[in-house]
Amino acid sequence: MSKMDVTRRGVLKTGAVAGGGLMLPTYLRAAGHEGFTNAPTGSTVTLGFNVPQTGPYADEGADELRAYELAVEHLNGGGDGGMLNTFSSKALEGNGILGKKVEYVTGDTQTKSDAARASAKSMIEKDGAVMITGGSSSGVAVAVQGLCQEAGVIFMAGLTHSNDTTGKDKKANGFRHFFNGYMSGAALAPVLADVYGTDRKAYHLTADYTWGWTQQESIAAATEALGWETVNNVLTPLAATDFSSYIAPVLNSGADVLVLNHYGGNMVNSLTNAVQFGLREKEINGKNFEIVVPLFSRLMARGAGANIKGILGSTNWHWSLQDEGTKTFVKSFGTKYGFPPSQAAHTCYVQTLLYADAVARAGSFNPCAVVEALEGFEFDGLGNGPTLYRAEDHQCFKDVLVVRGKENPTSEFDLLEVVQVTPRAQVEYAPDHPMFAGGALGTCNPGA
Amino acid sequence: MFGLNKKDTSLLLVVAVLTLFAPFILNPFPTESGLAQFNAGYPDLMQRFVIFGIFAVGFNILFGLTGYLSFGHAAFLGVGSYSAVWMFKLLSMNVIPAIILSVIVAGLFALLIGFVSLRRSGIYFSILTLAFAQMSFNLAYSVLTPITNGETGLQLTLDDPRILGVSATADGSIPVTSLFGLEMRSTYEMAVAGWNFQFSAGYYLCAIIMLVSFYIAVRIFRSPFGLMLRAVKCNQNRMRYTGLNTRPYTLAAFVISGMYAGLAGGLMASMDPLAGAERMQWTASGEVVLMTILGGAGTLIGPVLGAGFIKYFENIFSKINDNVLHQWFGFLPDGIEDFVVFIIHPFIGKGWHLTLGILFMLVVIYLPGGLVEGGQRISRLFKKNKSSDDGAAAKTTPAE
Repeated sequence: MSKMDVTRRGVLKTGAVAGGGLMLPTYLRAAGHEGFTNAPTGSTVTLGFNVPQTGPYADEGADELRAYELAVEHLNGGGDGGMLNTFSSKALEGNGILGKKVEYVTGDTQTKSDAARASAKSMIEKDGAVMITGGSSSGVAVAVQGLCQEAGVIFMAGLTHSNDTTGKDKKANGFRHFFNGYMSGAALAPVLADVYGTDRKAYHLTADYTWGWTQQESIAAATEALGWETVNNVLTPLAATDFSSYIAPVLNSGADVLVLNHYGGNMVNSLTNAVQFGLREKEINGKNFEIVVPLFSRLMARGAGANIKGILGSTNWHWSLQDEGTKTFVKSFGTKYGFPPSQAAHTCYVQTLLYADAVARAGSFNPCAVVEALEGFEFDGLGNGPTLYRAEDHQCFKDVLVVRGKENPTSEFDLLEVVQVTPRAQVEYAPDHPMFAGGALGTCNPGA
Repeated sequence: MFGLNKKDTSLLLVVAVLTLFAPFILNPFPTESGLAQFNAGYPDLMQRFVIFGIFAVGFNILFGLTGYLSFGHAAFLGVGSYSAVWMFKLLSMNVIPAIILSVIVAGLFALLIGFVSLRRSGIYFSILTLAFAQMSFNLAYSVLTPITNGETGLQLTLDDPRILGVSATADGSIPVTSLFGLEMRSTYEMAVAGWNFQFSAGYYLCAIIMLVSFYIAVRIFRSPFGLMLRAVKCNQNRMRYTGLNTRPYTLAAFVISGMYAGLAGGLMASMDPLAGAERMQWTASGEVVLMTILGGAGTLIGPVLGAGFIKYFENIFSKINDNVLHQWFGFLPDGIEDFVVFIIHPFIGKGWHLTLGILFMLVVIYLPGGLVEGGQRISRLFKKNKSSDDGAAAKTTPAE
């Protein structure tokens, strides 16, 4: 109980001795004389994996952590090498990064900006992490990205779908591989118009934070352009677990489509509530009532069970894709853990590889060199087809998948079917698009 | 010294020594050793220790002295943080105006809430403060989004006006918080043999402010005003029957402790210019209650110890993962190693709440006076041992 107390006092003596050491001519060094924060000096390099282990996105966080462990194994030459074999860049040799063995530390973001920053700070200050990655919430990603910019380390965003991450809150030291709300809207809206018609009235339930807001804005804009009408938009707290009070008013609003801008545990609960209220059997304005979940993932689909059958959404990646990169990744992930990876796992794995590759190509861990190597980088073989890391906003551009909940799943993992692979050209936008305007990258910060 | 009696002076000196040498004391293990995991001597955590120490000391002025259990103190912390960040956004990156504003705003806010809540006592008071804090949290979380930036949290951006200062530095990044040019994040590292000690400017600012607030708390505890507050805790009705209006005293205590919380919030924002709504959530209010009770309510040093204890668990235990465990127990045979890791697994990493909960239960059941009582018992044990050493030896010899 009073363990720490005892340690404090017990070690007081040690402290005094060390204090005496001050007087002696010891070798003193100023912070970071290497030219950038946490330059790896020994035979190892430390990466920080900062994921939600508790809270509404804990499932995603657990899967992300698995992917990170797999990526580290592959980088160090273990396992079957995974996507290192299919990656178009061949700078990585399976001997760590620049010959340094990759080690990692983990932390819990609790899906709270404060906790995430505290955890990231301790990784940077205590463990000497030279790169932070992870996050399964855009609010957290934006907060940690800001911290990494200040501290002078690279931030490789994990699962973050808000336009703001590479929009108004973009930072020079931050990079995002995952797609965003705008891309979801651009890919999903044409399919929605095809399947449900162009004269629909949509009611939005939106998670009340940066991701929900920007995704709602994107979906509403994309669907309205095709003739839909947005009846109402209701914001729900991220911590909410019961959405029945939000679902009831939908019935009387005259809307015939419910758009759930929710993710993770939120979406599982809101969709379940909506189905329990019998929304899907209703007929309004002479049309079947439909539910749309713009950002879909397999983990959510599993949580929601049979409720997701026939529901349309978009996703960054799905394990059933048939390209070489995907097949190799699914195989090595499946061999290690016994089930296929989620899109969160995929993006985190890819981000780790991309970072390692950028360091290898730049020949240095210096954040500014890494930024230079990643900006405008074109690559292939990582599961999404040809992809570009755009220099203007550090956002990846690649194909987007429109998916539907399977009617007859063959296994507990085979829950989504790909309806359409939306080509990259259709989801591209100008860096100064109004939904992304207002921020500035600034310049890369190598820290001390 | 400083108008304190001998005992309080030595207490203050002990706290001063502990805080000023914290970078050494909290870093007992060499960086490369396996036990380095338990080192807590890095700037961010040390700052948290002292900042939450301030928060808990302030809370103790209310709870420890008057017995009024506020369940909404996190609201003041949050308000302090928001005011400080707004000061950074609008005025300058110097921490002094930010801290001053956060204390003032939190004080005014406490005056408002206290004026209403203190009309009731006991459980009703707790519920009222809890309600106010949850209201503030929800306001900050969604309704007041233009001021608080909602769930994302209020952050600095490149286009903040900043009247006295620059919006962006010459190389295009956001300026950092400073004290007249001394950057809060600047850290002097000293490598001695295997150790790596970090002296952060931000930590020492927090530590000095903590010592000042601790000193003020000691003076309050020993003042006639403090005595009046204790009397309120003892028997408020009797006070009233003697014709004394206790409300101004309790309200003053409430405002002072709110200002302490605001100071802590302002300091948090000064060390890391971000303010999130979750700082105001009821769990955060509960945390300071736990800190105070764990350390010893009504004692001077207790809340500081409790704050350190909880923050240590939150930051150190939550970062131990299975990988680390496997390293520790690597010497055991495979089967046993996996078994030991399996047993310990629920208590580390994300399970740190569980460990903390068990310890909290043990403390409350066996040491109702908190860690301070534990310390007193140990010192009493030593004293007894010393005096009875000879007697004990004499007694055991014949039995042989």
